[in-house]
Parts: sequence; C-alpha cells; structure tokens
Amino acid sequence: MSSSKRPSKLFRNLNAKVASVPMILTALVVFVGGTAWTVLYSFTNSKLLPRLNFVGLDQYHRLWSTSRWLVSIENLLIYGAISLVFSLIIGFLLAALLDQKIRFEDTFRTIFLYPFALSFIVTGLVWQWLLNPDFGVQRVVRDLGWTSFSFDPLYNSSIVIYGISIAALWQGTGLVMCLMLAGLRGIDEDIWKAARVDGIPMWKTYLFIVIPMMRPVFITTLVIIAAGIVKVYDLVVAQTSGGPGIASEVPAKYVYDYMFFAQNLGQGFAASTMMLLSVVIVIVPWAYLEFGGKKRG
Amino acid sequence: MADVASLSTGAQALKRNATGPSGPKPRHVLSRRNIFLYGTLIVVALYYLLPLYVMIVTSLKGMPEIRLGNIFSPPVEITFEPWVKAWATACTGLNCDGLSRGFWNSVRITVPSVILSIAIASVNGYALANWRFKGADTFFIILIVGAFIPYQVMIYPIVIILREIGIYGTLTGLVIVHSIFGMPILTLLFRNYFTSMPEELFRAARVDGAGFWGIYLRIMLPMSLPIFVVAIILQVTGIWNDFLFGVVYTRPDTYPMTVQLNNIVNSVQGVKEYNVNMAATILTGLVPLIVYFVSGKLFVRGIAAGAVKG
Repeated sequence: MSSSKRPSKLFRNLNAKVASVPMILTALVVFVGGTAWTVLYSFTNSKLLPRLNFVGLDQYHRLWSTSRWLVSIENLLIYGAISLVFSLIIGFLLAALLDQKIRFEDTFRTIFLYPFALSFIVTGLVWQWLLNPDFGVQRVVRDLGWTSFSFDPLYNSSIVIYGISIAALWQGTGLVMCLMLAGLRGIDEDIWKAARVDGIPMWKTYLFIVIPMMRPVFITTLVIIAAGIVKVYDLVVAQTSGGPGIASEVPAKYVYDYMFFAQNLGQGFAASTMMLLSVVIVIVPWAYLEFGGKKRG
Repeated sequence: MADVASLSTGAQALKRNATGPSGPKPRHVLSRRNIFLYGTLIVVALYYLLPLYVMIVTSLKGMPEIRLGNIFSPPVEITFEPWVKAWATACTGLNCDGLSRGFWNSVRITVPSVILSIAIASVNGYALANWRFKGADTFFIILIVGAFIPYQVMIYPIVIILREIGIYGTLTGLVIVHSIFGMPILTLLFRNYFTSMPEELFRAARVDGAGFWGIYLRIMLPMSLPIFVVAIILQVTGIWNDFLFGVVYTRPDTYPMTVQLNNIVNSVQGVKEYNVNMAATILTGLVPLIVYFVSGKLFVRGIAAGAVKG
C-alpha cells in the first residue's frame, strides 16, 4: 500500500497489461466513452455536425411526437412479440422432435440451421422475391384457380411487419432449435425413464418436468432473441426499405437515416439513446437474476 | 427404492418386447408415431429449403420464362447468363462491373478483420485466464456488457474517431471496427477455453522459464486449434454478412458485397431482372453457406458458444 511500491506493481505482469490494451481501449473509449458521448449529445440540437448546444429534452419531445418514430416503435413491438413467441415455440418443438432419437438427425439439423448462416440482406431479398405479388406465392395460388387469393404482405401497409417477421423466423428459428436441443441433451436420461415408468404421458413430461428444468436455457435464449430484435435493421432495408410509405420502419433505421441522411444528428442520438434504454430494461433484470448475489471470478 | 424397482421392471418389459437379441430393430417402421414424426420433420425441412430452391431455380431461368411461369417450377431452358451478368456487369449507380467488386472488397475486409480480431481476442483471453492483473476483470465485464449495447449508440462516436485518425471510409477503418465489435464474444470464447485448460500445464511452463509470449505461442496456441477454428467460422460468417458497418464506414467503391447486393437488387432505375437478382443473392450467400456446410458441427459449436454465453 505504500506509494514507493507502486511503480514495481505497475510494471509487474507488464506483458499481460500490454496485451490487454486493445481490450481496455475498446471497453473504455468505445463502449463507455462512445455511449456516454451519444447520450450527452442527445440533449443538444446538433444538426449536420455535433455541437454542445444543450436544449434539454427537446429532441425527445420531438422524437415522441414524430409519427415515423411511433410507427417504428409499434413495428418493433409487433415484430418482437412475434419473433419471441414463435421462434421459442417452433424452436422448442423442432428440438423436441429431433430429440426423439430419430435417423438423419444431422441432416435435419443442417437443413433447419442453414438460413442462420445467411445474412439478413440475403434473407430479406429471397423473401421479397417469394412474397412478390406478381410472381411469388400469391400468383402461384391464383394460377391454381383461386383467383381472389390475396397474399401480398410486403405491399400492404397494415400487415407488412408480419411479412418481415416471416423472413426473420425462417432465418432465426434454427438457432433457437440448436440452443434448445443442447438444453434437452443436458436433461438426465433417468428423468425420462422415471417419467415413463410412472406412466406420465410424454407431453406432460415436457411441459411440467423438462421445460421447468430448462429454465436457464430459455432465459439465455430469450435474452439473445431480445438483443437481436432491437438491432433489426438490414432485414427491413433489404425487404421493404421501410415501405410502403413508412409502414415498416424500425428504430435502428430511424437512427441511421437521421444521422446520415436527414443530417439531424440530435434526433439520431435521441433515438439511439431510446434503443439503449430498451436494452437496459431487458438486460438489467436478467443480469440481476443471473448474476445477482453470485461473485464472478 | 420404489423407483429403482420400477426401473428394473421397466427394463425387463423392454427386453421382453424385443423379438431377438441381435439384428436391426424389426418393429413398426410405419408406426403412427414415426409417420407423424418424420412427416412433420420432412414438411418443415421442405419449408426451410424452399427459399434456397426458388433462388437457384429463378437464377437459372430467362426473364420471359419468369414472367410466364411459376416460381416453383424448374427451369425449362437452363441459362447461366444471369450468373455471368450478376458477377460481371450488373449496375449499382454508375458502376457497371457487377458484384465482383463487392466480392473482392468483402474478401479484403474479411481476411484482415478475422486475423486481427482473433489475434487480439486470443491474446486477451489468454491474459485474462492466466495472467490476471488488478482491474482486468472490470474491463472484461465492461466488454461483455458492452456487447449488448445497440451498435447505433456507438456508430457516430466511432465515425468521429476514425475521421480524426484519417481512416474514415477506408477498409482499414472498417477492419478496426470489426475487430472492436468482435472482441467481446471472441474474448469470452478464448478466456473460457484457456481457463478450462489444466493449470499445471501453465505452471510447468513457467517453472521451465517460459514467459508470457513463450507460453502463448508454444503451448496455448498449438493446444487450442479447435477453438481457433470455431472463432474463424464465427468471424468469417459474421463479418461477411455484415451490412450496417459496411454501409456506415465505407464509400461506394469500397462497399462490401452485402451492401452492393442490396443496391443492385433494390435500385429503382431500369427493368427489374429477377433472375440476375437471385443469382447475385446466391453469390453473396455462397461464402457463409460453404463455411456452414463444410464446418458442420463446429459451426453449431461456435454459435452455441457464442450465443449461450454472450
């Protein structure tokens, strides 16, 4: 503790400290510094260039009275709810089916997971093509004789976000399935045997024994999906560019457009701060539940 | 006790049911359970494969056939012209040299980004696992928490930093950005892997006089090749598929493939050539798809490691 010992302590383990410089810089400058900078500048009226001219909560007032932002938030909530519910259900069901000691398990898993290797841009463009009303699914069904059939989610502003969710589910359920499968494999075989011997039907075993035991897996999956939902950007850009009109706008796109096109940095910062806030609301309770009380090290 | 007893009777019942001690399972291949199980799986698998199939089929048709026919029908006359056009002459804005430019840009972005990010993260993880110093864990926790911050929050400060250094808009800048945002997950991956290695190994090397870099290069590196492969898979697919950083930190002539693809397909001018678009889309998805199909289980391990802990 004496100050004369300080220098030698600082240089002890010097190599490790030098090797950690990129991590320390990233953590402090980019993650802490960058975040603080953006939050700070969200209270200014920066336009083309960032300026420290504080205007209080003006940007936030404007943000929440802009219809495009409100549409973005509504879309994010719908998209988020669909992604969470359906990817968890479908992902778990697929994992449960694959866990029945079936043949060709690897083949099926490879097929369910391959969309996850594709980028959101590729996913968005394929589904834009499949959902194209003049050539895609709608046309095929009409050619079969059902001429009044209508399925054009990407061109109908009231359901466009569901069209985007279809593509997102196709891309992302494979990952959920993989996580769930890993969770199911972690369940002790004896539990299955015991349940079978006791004559408990399989669906009941899943519902009341296996799923509660997989709580940690569900929670981490939930956090991963939730973190991905807030970031959704490329998929919308590729599939609809936010259209028709502003019907499929999302917050991440709002931020990007205001920062780099509308030259209204203050709005962009305020919107990105709101995104940060939404993540904090999701992450903090989870981190508290997961790590609260426990010491890491 | 009761459980054990019932378990053993269950086992006997199972034995009685089997018709013989050897040979393949002879019972009910077409049981209702199997029909339901495999039927569902096959239907779902077809649904997942459908977009890939439609992409390939569309890219092999001529435009007249696309206008007249059904997107699901196989091509009557196979043509590779859309592929050639997508690769070499498709237009984005004023440039008409196809996706090839974006492909090479993506290669020039991905290769150095993968190498740099893994080099940094592996050394970092090693330092965190074996050479812990005071405060190291604090930075590490900040790093992991930072992984959850939406990129949009940090985009603009990084623009300013890169502009100050003078590398905004260059590939170098983008490589640095990818290394920064790859760091949390990769560092975690390597830290966990190195922590799980036997401590005695490290101690023995230290007793023999090996230092920080000596132990890393001669012992840790050769022993952790699997985790390096996992990290490479994770990074190659992640960086190749990136769109946001590409569009923010590069200029039109250095756009990565995903950005260029989006510009080709979603450009408003000209007649829409869906076959060329689909060929371009497949070309862009090809690299991660190849990585995926070649790496197989390691890919799964990579995303599981990346996802579960991240």
